[in-house]
Amino acid sequence: MRIFMRIPQPREWRFEGRRSVRSILEELNINPETVIVICGDTLLTPDDVVEGDVEVEIRPAISGGSGR
Amino acid sequence: MRCIKCRGKAVIDLRRHNAAFCREHFVEFFQGQVRRAIEQFRMFGPDDRILVAVSGGKDSLVLWEVLLHLGYRADALYIDLGIGDYSAASTEKVRRFHQQRAAPLGADLHVVSLKAAYGFDVDEARDRVRRPPCSACGLSKRYIFNKVAVDRGYDVVATGHNLDDEAAVLLGNVLRWNMSYLARQWPVLPGGRGFVRKVKPLVRLTERETAAYAVLTGVDYIVEECPHAVGATSHVYKDLLNRLEQQSPGSKHQFLFQFYQQGRSQLKVEERPDLRSCRYCGQPTPGDVCAFCRMTALLLDQLEQPGGGAAMDSSPAGAQRSTPGAPVSQAGPAAAPEAEPASEAGAVN
Repeated sequence: MRIFMRIPQPREWRFEGRRSVRSILEELNINPETVIVICGDTLLTPDDVVEGDVEVEIRPAISGGSGR
Repeated sequence: MRCIKCRGKAVIDLRRHNAAFCREHFVEFFQGQVRRAIEQFRMFGPDDRILVAVSGGKDSLVLWEVLLHLGYRADALYIDLGIGDYSAASTEKVRRFHQQRAAPLGADLHVVSLKAAYGFDVDEARDRVRRPPCSACGLSKRYIFNKVAVDRGYDVVATGHNLDDEAAVLLGNVLRWNMSYLARQWPVLPGGRGFVRKVKPLVRLTERETAAYAVLTGVDYIVEECPHAVGATSHVYKDLLNRLEQQSPGSKHQFLFQFYQQGRSQLKVEERPDLRSCRYCGQPTPGDVCAFCRMTALLLDQLEQPGGGAAMDSSPAGAQRSTPGAPVSQAGPAAAPEAEPASEAGAVN
């Protein structure tokens, strides 16, 4: 499976076999409170298992600056 | 993981609520939280005219979407800040959202170009004077949102500030024990004396929940972060709070809402100083010239000097060097924003 992020910088990882979203986030040292995990037009929860040729985006949800 | 409402496949888990939801019930939950915040803090009523401050980001577009869905009279204002490709992409997102999702519900989009209306943009403010870009940006946005709301008769300005934003601000104020800021921190900033009421209807929802709502309902927002926000202190505070949240779900909500319910009542809100009308633009200010007009005059002064920008005169007298009351094209400090409904205004620049 292909795991990727677009921000803060484009990054990409490849995982083999069956992996839970929770284990992927743990391996990448990503706090699940700060991201959403997107597969197609839906979201994955930590216990969801991904495998095969799927593409999964890990998208940070945290923004900042001068206020909106 | 199963939806706690229907036992269908969950698409999001909310550990702070010990809950998980399918798409349909998450949308219902989210909209319910917005409605609850509006009622809990008495933000506005069904007859109020609301001006939503939109940036192209997830929070403001989702807020506009939800307010329209709940039946409120919500138009929006977008400010083109002139931050390179980021502003160009943001403008496109906002215009597309308006055309596809808001205009069909009868909502208007007003657009103000900072450069066209006032003669400078945020990138020039960064390059030409020693002013942090977020400072110039924040001041410009606060000023223009209020001015457009007053001039066009809106009852309230709604912003996309969420639980993470407000908890981070609270943490920053606590770390400095800034008592006057703490006393004023509340999801409603009252209006009056030239200021329009400001409200934060997403205060019960986290950024993660807002991002999830956007993806699940097809709200196309600008994912990229403002280039000037990289390294912002607010990110550090949010990171600290989210580490706490990971270990102890509900901590952010408890921190903020216990402050609202118990901490803030112990603090005295200082009276606003006497306000008068800015000599140039008429907006309320404690001094002779408002902060935005002072900044505008200083910037235009610098921009007129070839290679200028090394020195910055912080005295209000700087405002007097530019022509008061100059028309928009000459970008004097008193220039009025050209906020036109998007359907009439055409291109932003």
